[in-house]
Amino acid sequence: MQHDDVVWAIINKTHCSHKVTTKTQHFCRNEFNLTGLCSRASCPLANSKYATIREENGIIYLYMKTAERVMFPAKQWEKVKLSRNFEKAIYQINENLLYWPAFIKAKCKQRFVKITQYLIRMRKLKLRRVKELVPIQRKIERRERRREEKALVAARIDNAIEKQLLDRLKKGTYNDIYNFPQMAFDAALKAEEISSESEKEDEEEEEEIEREMEPELERELERTVEQTDEFVEADSDMDTDEESDSGKKEDAYVASDFESETSDIEDIAKKTAQKKKPRVEIEYETEPIASLSRKKIKH
Amino acid sequence: MARGKDKKKRKLEKKQEGDDVPKKVPHTLESLREKDETMLVNVDEEEQLEAQKDMELDELSSYYENSYEPKVLITYSDNPHTKTRVFGKELTRMIPNSISRYRQRSSVKRIVQSSIREQVTDVIIINENQKQPNGFLLIHLPNGPTAHFRLSSCKITPELQKDYKEITTHRPEVILNNFSTRLGLTVGRMLGALFHYEPQFRGRRAVTFHNQRDYIFFRHHRYEFTQDGKRAKLRELGPRFTLKLISLQQGTFDSKRGDYEWIIAGRRHQMETSRRKFFL
Repeated sequence: MQHDDVVWAIINKTHCSHKVTTKTQHFCRNEFNLTGLCSRASCPLANSKYATIREENGIIYLYMKTAERVMFPAKQWEKVKLSRNFEKAIYQINENLLYWPAFIKAKCKQRFVKITQYLIRMRKLKLRRVKELVPIQRKIERRERRREEKALVAARIDNAIEKQLLDRLKKGTYNDIYNFPQMAFDAALKAEEISSESEKEDEEEEEEIEREMEPELERELERTVEQTDEFVEADSDMDTDEESDSGKKEDAYVASDFESETSDIEDIAKKTAQKKKPRVEIEYETEPIASLSRKKIKH
Repeated sequence: MARGKDKKKRKLEKKQEGDDVPKKVPHTLESLREKDETMLVNVDEEEQLEAQKDMELDELSSYYENSYEPKVLITYSDNPHTKTRVFGKELTRMIPNSISRYRQRSSVKRIVQSSIREQVTDVIIINENQKQPNGFLLIHLPNGPTAHFRLSSCKITPELQKDYKEITTHRPEVILNNFSTRLGLTVGRMLGALFHYEPQFRGRRAVTFHNQRDYIFFRHHRYEFTQDGKRAKLRELGPRFTLKLISLQQGTFDSKRGDYEWIIAGRRHQMETSRRKFFL
């Protein structure tokens, strides 16, 4: 009935529609082929006793055919569903292919391992997030780069930042941290102007106003002294300050020292003033500040 | 040749006119900018109040009420290269209370979920292309918005010849410049909300997001006021980079069913009608 050798002779020598010849090898496209190669041992047509492993929708089956089945092409293959458990499936293959040629047994197991591995890989790929590759349009990219450069030039970032910082300083965001003698001097000048105007306006109330002004001025000066102290503290806190690019640090110290000297004078002035009349006191207070500012300008 | 002659002529004319003629102000893209309906400069008080109220109702308002301290998670695309990693590290140095973690192939949505669980308030994801960081995804948690930026001309501190050790741990102050439209304000607020609401002024660190023609330039400086308090000296600490908004999405990241408030991709021709139109 089955003449394997005759079939093989035809396939090998003349023509087989499943055969694919390349320069180096012959391959077989028959879906029941166990190895994918065109050879005597792995040809599903020229072997009446044959077995293979196939995967259908993620389920692996063992296909077997024997010489007795060849009469009924529809029932030619016996199909055994293999377990999902790897060890069990191997056991099943062993049981079903007992006493079969070793070649088929070994190749079936090999193919089974390969299929389980690619199923695992497929599952993993499905579960992993989907990445989308977005093309970068060269011309748009180039245009955006160019526009960015131009925008950067137009931005004058450093100026804008400086302006913003100074705005904040003026608004008093950094309320107690900075103490600029020049600014304090300006503020004091303004206060002085106001007080002098009021003096002119009503001389009768002069003394009263002065009495009112004194404690305020005193308080202000005290505050400035405190601020300078704080400023020095802050400096000592910062370790990176020493590396700062502007070499103005010493100057800052000089200023603060100087301030503290004045504060001493202030203290003396206060003590003396407490004994004397209020009017004399004001003169004392304004003078040191003015001298201070003069020194600043010399710097 | 002709141009040169022209120039001479113009110079002569200028001389004849004398100095009393006021100097002409040259046109720039900024001065010729097409007005956006949502711009808040030069509008009447009513609209400003309305915008203010609108802002008080959005997702970021709770930050601006100082009700929580921002906590930021910085992560990357898969397998980031050195530059991107260093960049993320430097972002952690700049942004107080921030951590940098490798992504380990998890999806953005999962990151968002776990971050909400950990009470992270903002997530930054840096994308990379050809070893250069090129994308910046900013997600505000727990319920949006999500902004996607194009990241370009990123310079990390070694490239600027700066030392990261100069960056102190003080909380920096944030300067948001030039964000004028409603969209721009939202973006600016989102960027501002990365930093602690109470800066430590003693650190004298300033972090700037400067918007110019839709490009948001980031700079990081230490400043010092001069003796008279009339100028401020700046010293750049690095890194620096530029952002350009690609999309703004309501809610957290969802690329499939997300509701885009604003997106440029795909509709470029409809939106970029003029060179003088800017969105931020």
